Amino acid sequence: MSGLETLLAIAGLALITLLTRGFFLLPEREWPLPKWLHQGLHYAPLAALVAVVVPEVVMTQGELIATWRDARLYAAAAAVAWFYWRRNILGTIVVGTAVMLALRLGLGW
Amino acid sequence: MTEPTPTWRHPEFRRGAHEMFDISLGVAAWGLITGVTMVKSGLSVPLAVAMSLLVYAGSAQLTALPLIASGAPLWVVWATAVCVNLRFVIFSAGWRPYFGHLPRGQRLRLAYVAADLNYVVFMRRFPQRRPAPEQLPYFWGGAAITWVAWQACSMAGILLGDLIPTQWGIGFAGTVALIALTCSLLTDRVTWVAAVVAGCAAVAAYALPLKLNLVVAIAAAVAIGLVLERGVLRPAGGAR
Repeated sequence: MSGLETLLAIAGLALITLLTRGFFLLPEREWPLPKWLHQGLHYAPLAALVAVVVPEVVMTQGELIATWRDARLYAAAAAVAWFYWRRNILGTIVVGTAVMLALRLGLGW
Repeated sequence: MTEPTPTWRHPEFRRGAHEMFDISLGVAAWGLITGVTMVKSGLSVPLAVAMSLLVYAGSAQLTALPLIASGAPLWVVWATAVCVNLRFVIFSAGWRPYFGHLPRGQRLRLAYVAADLNYVVFMRRFPQRRPAPEQLPYFWGGAAITWVAWQACSMAGILLGDLIPTQWGIGFAGTVALIALTCSLLTDRVTWVAAVVAGCAAVAAYALPLKLNLVVAIAAAVAIGLVLERGVLRPAGGAR
């Protein structure tokens, strides 16, 4: 792509992101959604998080990983354990990342 | 309704900023990786800066970059972004009860910064779907922290580019942040079941193009959550 075409692509991406994030928020009049759907939306953020996390931990190149020697498994387990021990998000990030780096750089997992 | 104090001096602004601060370490790691990826995929520094500031959506940026680099037609780049952003359409229906009454200019500014994690943290703080005056300052406190953490690290990634070895997997810090946030949302049996269903659906549907497995997982979890709420697991009287 030329510089100008790339800039056009970026401008389009910006507009698309704004319109999707504001899809039901931006119209002047509320579009009626059924009540059960509003109720079900309660589970949407949790589902989106899990759907991003689980493949990041247990898949490589679109395949389930076939080895236990994968730093991500232990990092994720350490993170969950730390969270339930201390209930602290910042500590969880530090511990999980430290375990991942130690296994990856130290053992090459 | 007039606000007696400016948004940023409201105590809920500080609370929103504080509750997002811990998670912002993960946001920062992703911003860094996204910045590095933009320049490594061949974007010039000014274009990478423009993309970071204008688009401000990590997953849409990361999916679009290889397409832009390979010279895909514009409509393919844009159609891909629409699909990757479908989850935002779902979230926008969740924002409506809280912010639908605001003037359109404010709603546009909200839409620009309404990232995934802000949605999750906001809904954890305000589970009741009705507007209240402290919601806007709380939202902006978290949104400001997220924006600054993301943009600062994205810019650092753009400028440092080749100095940061991506094979270390620093981006995994972002995944760990999501793990912590997920754990904080697992409050009862129904949410656990919904999470397991979402995880299995996301892996099973992983082969779908354009990250549509996210949409499949959300739909599956919403469906199972609704079914269970209607009394399969909860005895009579326990329903909300």
